[in-house]
Amino acid sequence: MPMLAFRLATPRVLVDLRRVSGLDRIHIGEQGVELGAKVRWRDIERDTRLAVAQPLLAEAVRHIAHYQIRNRGTVGGSLAHADPAAELPAIALTCEAHIVAVGPRGEREIPAAEFFLAPLVTALEPDELIVAMRLSAWPKARRFSFKELSRRLGDFALAGAAVFFDLDERGCMRALHVGAFGVADKPVRLLETEAALNGMRPEPAAVAEAIKLGTSGLEMRSDIHADADYRRALLETLLTRAFDEAMQRSPS
Amino acid sequence: MNRPNAYIGSAVDRIEDERLLTGKGTYVGDLNLEHLLHAAILRSPVSHGLIRSIDVSAARALAGVRAVITANEIGDVPIIPIRQHPVPEGERFRQPVIASGKVRYVGEPVAIVVASDPAIAEDALELIVLDIEELPPLADYVTAARNECLLFEEAATNRAATFRARMGDADAAFAQADYTRKERFSVQRHTAFPMETRGLLAEWVDATGHMTLYGVTKVPFFNRRVLAQMLGIEISAVDLIEVDVGGGFGARGEFYPEDFLVPFAARYVNGNVRWIEDRREHLMAMNHAREMYAEMEIACTKEGAVVGIRGRIDIDLGAYARTNGFTTPRNVVQFVSGPYYIPNLAIDAHSFVTSKTPTGTYRGPGRYESSFFCERLLDMAATDLGIDPAAFRLKNLIREEQLPRPLATMMDLDATWQTELDNGAYPIVMQRCLDEFGWQEKIKLQGQLIDGRYHGVAVGNFVEGGAGGRSENASMTIEDDGMVTVAIGSTALGQGLKTVMSQIAADALSLPIERIRLLHGSTTLLTDGVGSFHSRATVMGGSAILLAAEALLDLVRNEVGMRLDVPAANTSFSDGKVEAAGKSFALQDFAGLSVEKTFINTKLTYSYGAHAAYVAVDAATGEVEVLDYVTVEDVGRVINPATLHGQVLGAVVQGLGSTFLEHLQYDENGQLLTGSLADYLLPTATDFPNIRSVSLGLRPCPNNPLGAKGAGEGGLIAVGGVIANAIASALRSLRVQPCDLPLSPPRLWRLIAEARSAEMSR
Repeated sequence: MPMLAFRLATPRVLVDLRRVSGLDRIHIGEQGVELGAKVRWRDIERDTRLAVAQPLLAEAVRHIAHYQIRNRGTVGGSLAHADPAAELPAIALTCEAHIVAVGPRGEREIPAAEFFLAPLVTALEPDELIVAMRLSAWPKARRFSFKELSRRLGDFALAGAAVFFDLDERGCMRALHVGAFGVADKPVRLLETEAALNGMRPEPAAVAEAIKLGTSGLEMRSDIHADADYRRALLETLLTRAFDEAMQRSPS
Repeated sequence: MNRPNAYIGSAVDRIEDERLLTGKGTYVGDLNLEHLLHAAILRSPVSHGLIRSIDVSAARALAGVRAVITANEIGDVPIIPIRQHPVPEGERFRQPVIASGKVRYVGEPVAIVVASDPAIAEDALELIVLDIEELPPLADYVTAARNECLLFEEAATNRAATFRARMGDADAAFAQADYTRKERFSVQRHTAFPMETRGLLAEWVDATGHMTLYGVTKVPFFNRRVLAQMLGIEISAVDLIEVDVGGGFGARGEFYPEDFLVPFAARYVNGNVRWIEDRREHLMAMNHAREMYAEMEIACTKEGAVVGIRGRIDIDLGAYARTNGFTTPRNVVQFVSGPYYIPNLAIDAHSFVTSKTPTGTYRGPGRYESSFFCERLLDMAATDLGIDPAAFRLKNLIREEQLPRPLATMMDLDATWQTELDNGAYPIVMQRCLDEFGWQEKIKLQGQLIDGRYHGVAVGNFVEGGAGGRSENASMTIEDDGMVTVAIGSTALGQGLKTVMSQIAADALSLPIERIRLLHGSTTLLTDGVGSFHSRATVMGGSAILLAAEALLDLVRNEVGMRLDVPAANTSFSDGKVEAAGKSFALQDFAGLSVEKTFINTKLTYSYGAHAAYVAVDAATGEVEVLDYVTVEDVGRVINPATLHGQVLGAVVQGLGSTFLEHLQYDENGQLLTGSLADYLLPTATDFPNIRSVSLGLRPCPNNPLGAKGAGEGGLIAVGGVIANAIASALRSLRVQPCDLPLSPPRLWRLIAEARSAEMSR
C-alpha cells in the first residue's frame, strides 16, 4: 500500500485476499508448524502454543514494527515482500523453512534458502500465491536467541541476528544455525560460523573467531541510517550477545 | 478551585480538550464548502536548474481538471517578504511564490493544478512535462561559499547575510587568558514537524471581490496584509480564518508560496479551492531548520572564570531567505553566552544559500544550537581545568544582583528591541535542578561501567527569549446572556491558548471562567493583531486582556455612575455582579459595552532554567539510554501549571529527537533522502519515558503587568548540550567528545572506535 500511496506502483488490478478462506490457520503437529499466509503477527503473539512449539519465531515476531502493524501484517505478505531487514524472512532462512506456493501449475514447496533472491525479489512466479510456511519441529531443549538493534522501537533493524543450537551430553553445540538480517541485500545464513562451531563448546574465544569468519565475507549494506563498517561491528556484537544469551537462557 | 480570581496559577482543565478528544475538532480537512475544488502542486524534481519549458496541455485536457497555473498565468510573480529581522543584503534572496525561469531546490513549486477531486489533481501533475536544464547543485554551504556557481546570479554571491554579536574585547581577553580551547561543532538539518501537515482552503466570492482563507495560524494579520498586496486588493477584502491546527512549532503559519498559490487559484477559477499537504511534500516544502557548522573558542582564567567566547558559524540557509529565515542566524550569535556572565564575546554567523529547502525557525531557534556550542565548551573547559562541571557553571552563572544585563550587541542591526536579560535567580534554579536530579549521588557514577554500559551525567543552563512582536490586541464585549466575549490576536497552535487566556480574562473580570467566550486569531475579530511565536502569546495576549478588562470595567463603572448618579470609583465587581450604592446589577445589564485595547511592549522577557541528564552508553553499539532527565525553570508567573508541564515535556522530547534522531539528509545532487517517516525519525511515545520537570514562578517579570515570561521553548534549548556532555561524561575514560549532532548509534560507535585506536597508539 505505501507503494501505491507514493504513486510508485500503479497496478491495473488489486486482489484482496481477505475473503479467501483457509489461509489463516496455524497448524501445530508432530512434524512441525504450518502458518497460513494470512496468519497475522498478532495471531502468532497470542498463540501460547507457539511460544513452546517455535520459541524463536515467537520472539522474533515481537520485534516486528508496532502493534498496529502487527495487527495487520501477515506471514505471506512479509515473505513475498522480502525486505532484507524484515524478521520473518530471516527466521524462515535460519530455520530452513519451506514456503508453499500455488499457481496454475499446482502447489510447490520452495526452501527458504532458494526463495529470497534480492531486495524485494523472490523466487515466486507472477502467477503464484504463497499459501503457507512450514517449519520443522523444535526440540524442547534447544537453545536460541534473537537480537536486533533498531533506531527506535518498531523500526527496521540496522542489523539482527538469530541463533539456535542443541547441546549434546558433552556440552558441544549441535545443529547450530546462525542467521543475520538487515546487513545484506537479503537475509543470510552464516554457514562458515556454523561449520566452525558445530560440535564445539561455545567458548567465547572460539565463538568470536567463528563470528569474524562468518561475517568477513558478507558484503555489508550501507544507507543513510548506518554505514557498512557500523553494520559489521554491530552484527558481530549482536551475534556475540546472541550466543551468550542462548547459553544463559535455560530451555523452556 | 472554580472561584473567581483564583484561576491564574491553577491547573484548570484545558477547555480545548473535550472538543478535540471527542473528535469535534475542525481542521482544514474537515471544512465543507459547496463546489469545493482541490489543488495539487507540481514541485521541482531537481535542485538547481533552468526551466526550459512546461507543457501543461495534457494535464489541462484531463477530465476533471479546472486549471493548471504556472508562473505564466500569474504574470508578475510576487516575492514573499521577510517578516523578521529583514537585512538589506538578504532581500536579494527572497522567494518568489512560484519558480519562474529557475528552480533552486527539490520541492520548489512550479505549477498548481485545480481539479474536481484531489486524486485527479495528482494524476494531472504526472501529465505535466517539465523540461529543466540542470545546473550544478549547491548541496552544502562549503560548495556555496566558493561562489563558483551562483544560486542568484544578480546577487554575485551565495552569502546571503552576516550577523555579528559583540561584547567587550574578545581578542584582548583571549590574548591574556590562562586557558583557551577551540573546537568545531555542527548541528544537523532537521525540522519542526507539526503532527498535522499544512492545509489551506480559499473561498473567493466574485460578486463582492472577497477572499477568505481558512487554515492559517501563527500570524494571520501579517499574512493578510501580504496576501492582499499580492492579490492587488484591499486589506478589507481579505479575511484569514483560524481553524484547529495540529501544531506549529515555528514552522506552520508563516507565509509560504502556497499561501499565495491557493487563494490565487481560487480567484483564477472563480471558486473555492482546498489544498492539503501530504507528508512527503511537507518534508520538502515546510521550513527546515538548524543546519550549521561552528568553530568556537573559549577563554578562562585558571580559577575557572570564563572570560570570553569567540567564533564563526556557517549556516546552510537553503535556497531562499524566507519570512523568518534570518531569525535563527540572528539568535545563534546573540545567545551563545546564555545565562552565563561572559564579559567578552565576538561571534559571527554567515548564512549561505544552497540548493536545498529553505530554512526558518523551529522552537528555540538559534538557542538550541548556541546552547549546544556553549555547554560543550563549558564542560571541556571544566574538565581541562579540573573543576566539577556543576561548580564551574554555578561560578559562571549571572548572579541576581548583576541583572538586568544586556546580551551581546547585535552589530549593523536596528536596536528595535531591548535584548536585556530582565531578572532571575539563575544559581538558585540551577541548584534546585541539581537537588531534584540527585546530582551528589549520580555524579559518583560518572564514567563507571555498570552492566556493560558506561554511565554519565551532565547539567546545563538556558535562557529563553519571549514576548517579541511589539504589540497584541484584545477586545471584550458584554453579551445579552451574561457572557463576555473575549477576542485576542494571539493564535492557537495546540498550546492551550484558550484555557490560559480564559483564566486571565476570568480573573481580570472577577467572573467564573464558564462565562468567558474566548475567540482568537482570525482577522475578522479585531482591528489588528499579531499572533503566536517567540513565546509571546501568554505575555502579550494576556497583557492585552488585562488592559481590555480594565477598560471594560471602567465603561461599566461610568455607566453605573450615570445610572445611579454616584462616583464611578465606588463600584465593585464580583462573580458577575456589579454593586454600587447599595444597588446590585447583573453584568448583562450592561450588554453591548465593548472595548478593544492594544498592549505595546518593546522589552522582551527571559525565562531561564537548568537541565540535568543521566545516561547509559553501550560502547559496543553506540546506543544511549536516557535514564533520567530533569528540568527546572522559572517562568516568572505560572498561569496554568498543567499546560506548562505539558509544554515542557513535549519540548524536552523534541530536543531529544533533535539530539538523537531527526535528520534531513541530502545526497550530493541536492536530492532529499529522508522523504518519509520511515527515514525521518521522530521520537515516539516509547522512546524517552524518563523525563521530569519542575516549573517555578520565582521572579515575576518586571516588564509586563502579568509578571509572566515566555515559556514553552526552554524545555528544548539545553537538550543537545546536556546530552552530549552526559555522553562525554560517560565515556570520559575514552576521552570521547561528541561535537556533531545527531548522536546516532553509528556516529557514537565511530567516535568510540576512533578514541580507542587513538588510545592504543598513545
